[in-house]
This record gives sequence, structure tokens and C-alpha cells, in this order.
Amino acid sequence: MNALRRILALVAKEFLAVLRDPKSRFVVIGPPFIQFVVFGYAATFDVTDVRYAVLDESRTAESRRFLADIEHSPDFHLVRMLDSTSQMTDVIESQDVRLVVHVGSDFARRLGTGDPPVVQVVADGRNSNVASVALGYLGRIAARFSPSGADGAGDPSAPRLLVVERSWFNANLSSRWYIVSALAAEIAMVVVMLLTSLSVAREREFGTFDQLLVAPFRAGEILIGKAVPGIVFGIFDGLLLSAAAVWWFGVPFRGAFLAMLAVLFVFVLAIVGVGLLVSSLSTTMQQGLLGSFVFIMPATILSGFTTPVENMPGWLQTLTLANPLRHAVLALRHVFLQGAGPSEVWPQLWPLLVIAGVTLPAASWMFRSRTG
Amino acid sequence: MSSPRARSLLRLRGLLRKELLQVRRDPSSILLAVVMPVVLLFLFGYGVSLDPLEVPLAVVADDSSAPARDLLARFASTPYFDVVTAATMDEASALLEGGAVDGIVRVRGDFERELLRDGRADVQLVLNGIDANRASLIRNYVTQAVAGWTTARRARGEPAAGPAVVLEPRTWFNPVNESRAYLVPGLIALIMTLTGTLLTALVIAREWERGTMEAILATPLRARELLIGKTLPYLGLGLLGLAISILGGVWLFDVPLRGSLFLLVLCSSLFLLAALGLGLAFSAGLRVQFVAAQVSVIAGFLPAFFLSGLLFDLGSVPAPIRFISHIVPARYFVDISHTLFLAGDVWSVVLPDALALAVAATVFFALARRNVGERLESP
Repeated sequence: MNALRRILALVAKEFLAVLRDPKSRFVVIGPPFIQFVVFGYAATFDVTDVRYAVLDESRTAESRRFLADIEHSPDFHLVRMLDSTSQMTDVIESQDVRLVVHVGSDFARRLGTGDPPVVQVVADGRNSNVASVALGYLGRIAARFSPSGADGAGDPSAPRLLVVERSWFNANLSSRWYIVSALAAEIAMVVVMLLTSLSVAREREFGTFDQLLVAPFRAGEILIGKAVPGIVFGIFDGLLLSAAAVWWFGVPFRGAFLAMLAVLFVFVLAIVGVGLLVSSLSTTMQQGLLGSFVFIMPATILSGFTTPVENMPGWLQTLTLANPLRHAVLALRHVFLQGAGPSEVWPQLWPLLVIAGVTLPAASWMFRSRTG
Repeated sequence: MSSPRARSLLRLRGLLRKELLQVRRDPSSILLAVVMPVVLLFLFGYGVSLDPLEVPLAVVADDSSAPARDLLARFASTPYFDVVTAATMDEASALLEGGAVDGIVRVRGDFERELLRDGRADVQLVLNGIDANRASLIRNYVTQAVAGWTTARRARGEPAAGPAVVLEPRTWFNPVNESRAYLVPGLIALIMTLTGTLLTALVIAREWERGTMEAILATPLRARELLIGKTLPYLGLGLLGLAISILGGVWLFDVPLRGSLFLLVLCSSLFLLAALGLGLAFSAGLRVQFVAAQVSVIAGFLPAFFLSGLLFDLGSVPAPIRFISHIVPARYFVDISHTLFLAGDVWSVVLPDALALAVAATVFFALARRNVGERLESP
């Protein structure tokens, strides 16, 4: 009973330490939300409004019809008409346009023959992803183009071999769903890491840690007191931002709430363990902050949050299995987009449990050995 | 009596000595400046790629005719796909739903008849759309494979249902379209933001919090000298990180450096000054390490990642976000870095961006100067 009262007193003290100062109070609630909204809009791989220029050496009704198909596409935005090939280098280099579509003078003549006209497209490869996606858009416009049909309608008898596609779980292929559904885990991780990694280090730097040690608390109790605010703020931020994903960004929530809650809880536990481990090792706040970055950066990069784990080399993919964020990101996407329930997230939940089962005792052991 | 200038230099030397001792005593700042660039370079170079390779793909052939088999064999022969043959669409759907494959290509029963009789046929493609960008790149691969098959048939004189127009795409500056070539140059912005903003965010707040600011106040040190003394050691550490990033990028990951190295170092120093100025402005203004740390992450580091064009293209974000991105110095530097590494010395890009960086550095240092100055020089 006494132990419980002592822990409660410590928890209250830790909450006060965060919430008493108005600046630090704002920091745990305000910025995560601002970040969520700004990055929810900014973090997109969708390619829209591709600026392009045209060099039409054919200047025929046929070439104009082909170019009109591109102009009418919502993905492209015509910026300039060029007069000669010598202008191409300049408009691409100066980033005035992302693409130049170059229609040769034999366009109309070769149309409809067995040797179809070749349209040269030059793309700015400085952002290779935008270049690939934009070239893909053009490829589909070219595949649908029929020389004799009316604008956009197409000729029902013209020969063509089309790839007819359908996408499951995300019919419009919006990369915002992909990012935003997992953004709550990423931001919760940053908040929790900063809170916990600085908590012990701050007391050490201020010298109040010695006071805490001579007070009648056990090491384990001090540690629980340090862990609770991190857990509470982490889950609070995670839930708040997941709600914002649904109501602000319109991401569908197809799975079970319970599954999401379980994932967030175990994930935050695992992160609190890492944060306290860093904190126990740090004697100054600078070390705590830098230490948490040494964890946050690789964890973010190797999580599949922004770029797919599947594109990594095999050995690195194996390494990502030790990354709690990877499992949380995957589980959240399953819950949001694929409609996973508690049993379907189990393959991600048990690795998180294992990771938490390692980081929390490790933090406790490190804490004891550094204070004992 | 020595001149005021000589005395100022003397005071600066003393402060610099103290800062360098502090850097040396706490190895975590050297860790950040040297070890982090190496770790990040390694992780970015190997771990961050937008290029799908060996995509697991299920193929379903309802038509066992020669053209259908020939088309599907094309998927197996490219390095982009790792093909699994499924007997039925149901079987393939189960594979897609379980995450075993990322897409299904299906050729329906009347494929040959349609192709030969009407010259119009469809190939069905089903994608897992959760990772939308990956899905649209996979779609491009499939479309290219089908177009390649048509061209090959035409060349062999076989009947083909070809498109009326053939595209010949060429990607300048990055002919093989490797995402690494644009991610590694952008990474320099991130590394220098870490060293610049994160490290300096603590250095003045620390003095306030520990009470040593009082001691500095009591010395004849001027605010300007304090800022210079707090800047120079970290400028050095930042340039060390820059050297590591450039060497690693060029030698380890074969990113070309087509522009001039001198220009790159010059622009990087400008950016580093802007980052340092921002960190010092936070540090002097907020005076609490915990808060300065949080704010430097939120207003310094995260925008450098999300609003800089480093990974996410700014041309496609909503207009208000693009507007906000104009106050993020990293945005201009990422642009410079992409251009200098991949395209060369394009003055129409580098000059305006470098000017923006110079403005940002001036504004941030003026802000830091004001935040320090108020108290240092008041009676």
C-alpha cells in the first residue's frame, strides 16, 4: 500500500515537472498536432500538376490531338511551347518544367502504319520518383490515344492492348492514406522519446537526482514514476492523431478500435523502455537529446513509414524486425486500410511485446546499475 | 593599452577555448557530428529506396494460347518481378490479400481471339494499393512490360495490337532512374540540420539553466562575441559532417558530383550558418533546454525532413504548404544540392537559392543577437 502511495506521489511529481512550465506544457500537446496537420499534407508521394513544355515539329491536326490529350489530363500543366530543340536543355535545367514532350516531324505520316511514330519525352531526373510517376502517366495517355477518334473519346475499333487496373484497399492510390495512417505512431514515438530520454538526465544535470535517491524511494518506483507520463502522453497523442487521421484527412478506419489501442499501448511501452535506457545512460540533457536521435532516425528510416521495407536489401530487412516502429506502422496500416481486428494484428503485436519485454527490463537494469 | 579590437579578439579566444573544452568534455556532440553522418549515410544509402525490385507478382492465365503464355513469360524474365503462377483468380486474390504478392496480372480466356481478330485486348491488373507510390510504380513496370511485348511482336512480324504512338522516355541527370541519386544529396541537408540546429539549441539555454550565464554577464564579453564563440566550434563540426557526407555519397554510393565542389561547400556553409543561427535564436530565446530541444526538433529538424523536397516533392503539395515551405532554409539547400550533384552548375537555380539562404542566415542571426542582447547589455 505504501509502495503504491509512493509511486503515485512520484507520478504526480513527474506530471507536474512537465505541465507546470507553460512552455513545456504547450510542447507536449500543441506541436504534435501542428506537425500532424502540416506533415499530413506535405508527406505525399502523389504527383500532380506536372509542369511540362511541348516541342511540336509536326504541327498537324494529328499531333495537336495527341497533345490535347495530355493537356486535358488533370495531372499535367502546360507551361511553354518550345520552338527548337536547343531550348530543351534550358527549360529542364532551370526547373521551369519537369518534362518536355517532343513530337517529331514524321508524326502524322507514320500514324496508323505498322511503324508507329515515336514521341520523345525528356524528364528531369533530379527527383527520380516524380520522373517515373509522370512518365507512367504519359505512357497511359499514349496507350489510349487513337488517331482517328474524337478528342478523348477514342476510336472503338482502333487496335490497342490496354492494361486495365484496379487497386485494392486504396482505390485512388492516394499516398496520403499510406502516410497519415501511420503518422500517429511516428509522432507519438518522437514525443515519448523526448519526454523520457530527458527526464532522468534533467534531474542529473540539476542535481535533484541525488535528492530523489536519498528520499525513501526504491529504484523501481522512481523508474515507474518516470515511465508513466511518457506512457500517458504517448497513448493520448497516438489516439488524438489517429482520430484526426479519420476526421481531418478522411482516411478510412476499417478495422477494430481495440486492435489499434493494443498496438499503441504495447508500442508506447517499448518506446518508453528505449527512452529510459537512453536517459539512464545520459548525464546531461544534451546527451539525452542526442541519444534519443540516435534511436529516432534509424527507427524512422527503417520502419517503412515513408519508404517501403520491401525495397531494402534482404539483410537490412531482417534487421528491421528489431525495430518497434516497423511493427507499429504495419499494424496501424492493417487496422486502418485493410480492416484488421485484434487477431489479425497479432503477427505485429507479439514482436512488439517481445521488444517491450527487452527494453523495459534493460532500462530498469541500467537504471539500477547507474544509481547503485 | 591594446586596441579595442585586440581586446575583443582576446575575449573571443577565451570563450572559444571554453566552448571547445565543453565540446571535448562531452563526447556526445562529436558523436552527433561524426558518427551520425556515417550512420545516416549508410541507412539512407542502403535503407531508403523508392525503387521496387523483385516485386512478388501473381500471374493468372485463363487462356493457355501461345500469345498469352508468351506475354506472361515476359514478366518472369525482367528483374522487376518475382513471378508466382496461380491457377485461378481466387487463388491469386488470396495471395494478394495475405500480402504474399503485391499485384496480380491476369490474361482472360478470350485473349488470343480478341488480339488476333479485333486487335483489341485487355490485360487485367490488380494491385495492393496500401503503398500507393509503390503501386503506381509497379503499374508502370507492368505497362512497360506489355508495351515491350507488343514492340517485340511487331519486330517479329506477328500480329500485334499496338498503341498508335510509342513513347521514348529519357531521364536526364539520372538515366537509370535510381532514387538513391536524389536521396543522398538531399541527406546532407538533414545531417547539417542535426549538427546545426539541434546541437546549438542547447548551448545558450544551458548557460541560463545552469546559472553560468550570470558569470558570462559579469565579464566584459559582448553579445556579438558570445554568438561568434558559440557558432565557430559547431560550424567546424558541421563542415566535418559535410565532408563525410560528400565523400561517402560519391565513393560509397556512386552519386555523381557534376557541379563544382567549391560551390557546393560554399552553399553548404551558408546553409549551415542558417541552421546554426536558428538553433542559437531558439536557445537564447527559450532559455530552457527541454523546451529548446523540443522546439528545435519541431521547427528545425522535422521541416527539414518533410518540407524540404528531400523525400516528398514540393511541386505536388497543396499551395498553403508550399507557401510555408518557403521559410524553410533546407528547401533551398536541397534544391542546390540536387542540382550541383546531378545537373551541374546551373546558375539560374543556384543563385536565387543561395541568396535565400544568405537572407535566412542573416535573419536568424539577427534574431539570436536580439534574444541574447536584451539581457546581456542591459544595466
